Amino acid sequence: METRNIMIVGVGGQGTLLASKLLGKLLLGKGYDVKVSEVHGMSQRGGSVVTYVRYGDKVYSPVIDKGEADVIISFEMLEAARWVEYLKPDGVIITNTQQVNPMPVIIGACDYPENLVDKIKDLGVKLDAFDALSLAEQAGSSKAVNIVLMGRLSKFFDFTDEEWLLAIEQSVPQKFLELNKKAFALGREF
Amino acid sequence: MKKLMLGNEAVARGLYEAGCSFVSSYPGTPSTEITEYAAKYEEIYAEWAPNEKVALETAFGASLAGKRSFCGMKHVGVNVAADPLFTVAYTGVNAGLIIGVADDPGMHSSQNEQDSRHYAIASKIPMLEPSDSAESIAFVREAFEISEKFDTPVFLKMCTRVAHSQSVIEESDRVEIAQKEYVKDGAKYIMMPGNAKKRHPFVEERTNALIEYAETAFFNRVEEGKENTVGIITSSTSYHYVKEVCGDKYPVLKLGMINPLPVNKIKDFAKSVEKVIVVEELDGIIESHCKNIGVDVSGKELFGLLGEFSQNIVAQKLGETVPSGKALAENIPMRPPVMCAGCPHRGLFYTLKKNKLTVLGDIGCYTLGAVAPLNAIDTTICMGASVSSLHGFNKANQGKTDGKTVAVIGDSTFMHSGVTGLINIAYNDSNSTVIILDNSITGMTGHQQNPTTGYNLKGDPASKINLEALCHSVGINSVRVVDPYNLSECDTVIKEELGKNEPSVIISRRPCALLKYVKHAGPIKTNTDKCVGCKMCMQIGCPAVSMENGKVKIDTTLCTGCGVCSQMCKFDVFESVKGDK
Repeated sequence: METRNIMIVGVGGQGTLLASKLLGKLLLGKGYDVKVSEVHGMSQRGGSVVTYVRYGDKVYSPVIDKGEADVIISFEMLEAARWVEYLKPDGVIITNTQQVNPMPVIIGACDYPENLVDKIKDLGVKLDAFDALSLAEQAGSSKAVNIVLMGRLSKFFDFTDEEWLLAIEQSVPQKFLELNKKAFALGREF
Repeated sequence: MKKLMLGNEAVARGLYEAGCSFVSSYPGTPSTEITEYAAKYEEIYAEWAPNEKVALETAFGASLAGKRSFCGMKHVGVNVAADPLFTVAYTGVNAGLIIGVADDPGMHSSQNEQDSRHYAIASKIPMLEPSDSAESIAFVREAFEISEKFDTPVFLKMCTRVAHSQSVIEESDRVEIAQKEYVKDGAKYIMMPGNAKKRHPFVEERTNALIEYAETAFFNRVEEGKENTVGIITSSTSYHYVKEVCGDKYPVLKLGMINPLPVNKIKDFAKSVEKVIVVEELDGIIESHCKNIGVDVSGKELFGLLGEFSQNIVAQKLGETVPSGKALAENIPMRPPVMCAGCPHRGLFYTLKKNKLTVLGDIGCYTLGAVAPLNAIDTTICMGASVSSLHGFNKANQGKTDGKTVAVIGDSTFMHSGVTGLINIAYNDSNSTVIILDNSITGMTGHQQNPTTGYNLKGDPASKINLEALCHSVGINSVRVVDPYNLSECDTVIKEELGKNEPSVIISRRPCALLKYVKHAGPIKTNTDKCVGCKMCMQIGCPAVSMENGKVKIDTTLCTGCGVCSQMCKFDVFESVKGDK
């Protein structure tokens, strides 16, 4: 099987690393060769962050390049727009519609672009944009956005609920398990 | 059982499996996790040293005592450790000694893009370079064998994409290695001229023996290709980009040992193909070697000297198809890293900016004081440089800049190499003011303990340096402590200390807002009816504070309630929290 590419993008501190950890475990459990590439250090301090998850029979490069991503999962609207160029022509972007203002916008050096959902759609790109933050809050915590997005992503895979839930159990603390199961279900069914 | 493992965790696993029992390191992205994971093994004693020089000397001492030892650092850390490095290359080891160094091509979290392979060549120390997590484990095990067989320290070279990528590994059991006896041997271990002169020929002979070893070692391997029009020599992550693009189209010589490089293996490979291309990030180390041994190759003329590679870069340079995507025509605002909401550095940097001071900066989270809207830093060079260069700046200005300049340095960086600069300020008497940003942790690298925190790497209570007493004892009489959440206190104390005709230290003390034990007041409440939209609160550059329809808006998911914004407001929009207006 040809290597498939999932990018997880967002703002440092939003929980993108947990999402990639969960995906990595799930895909390894399914018998694939897997590579996950993260960025630590300075970029984590509220900057734009990206994690690459690649799987297939044999994966070489740990990173995903422009025009290669099958799926981009975005935790924030501007980040979806920033990374759209990395999508394959037939790829899909799953994005939380939440807006987090970057510092250049906060200090008034530039504006947060308007109508990003329409502009991305106008590129002819498949876009699944929804309010994952509200669903996470409904599940019990704004921090569960990552698992809501995993729920949404699960619709694009043939894996069973049991396989997803096992990966969640292995990735989140026991005391938040029920909350995260709820978040996953909300993301999947929304 | 197969597992996904981070490259740095795999290095630690390799240390465990190879019977390593001693680790001393200084944190630095992207090397930090090696030592953090090593510390989780009961069989390994692991510690954070105050800097890389101390770490390497400590690990050498442990090797001398007969235990397999490791010392980890980032690429620029080798500059600090270079003094012992070049001489430990002469003495060799008792038990195996590995120096782990992680380069950062692309500078995700570094101040320069230096290529640490030069150090291996310059110090005549062998260097292994794994390309993924499985190789990280295997190469650590082999590095200890090389170290003991050839009587040499061995470099293990990581880079960001190997250190911070997870790939599949299989674990093995630990091999227990008995402690070797230490036998006094002055000719080997006392490097004074008479002994060192006899030791240098040994080093050259050792390199020749290592070249012989490199010719047949398992980690320098040829992978067959379908066409022999091109042969590619590569290593590290570049190998993976080449394989991603070319598959088995061209033969590949994959090098796992970067110093010394084989001679005959490369010549034989070159003979088997029409043309050789070297694919390596940063400098042309392999390329130069090939040219030195009379093998005609292309490399840097195609690939250049800058940054990280990727599969698309390699595809383009090799004339293969390059995928492309559709970008938005829209100008997408940058999202640079920023000081966190509640960061104790913010209030201090605002005060420095307000007083229009020249600020000599240093390495840490607080380097972010350089970005808009604070723009409060003038220089950033290396660990400790703020304190020493402040002294030089003020001395050269012969009093003209006294009272207008400060150095800012974090607690861990001050312990690393700031205190020596402070000793120089006292000893050579400049009227300089140093601000120690004491947030009780090593922040940027992800919360490591240091000699000022009162805890060690394992989290156990440890001796805690008294910064005030330390500064007094090196000859600084005026040492003050301020709370950086209190803007008026910061302003008053900075003005007072800069006004004095003697060197001084201000300790800006409050723990990092991300530390688990730190309790926050909770999101600040606002009365937006009173907001006139003057944007004074925006001048502190807090990610939790923004404007919406001309009124201030607080992001309650980020705000910790530090109250610095409320001290900026003249209209009582914010519920008053701490400090004075």
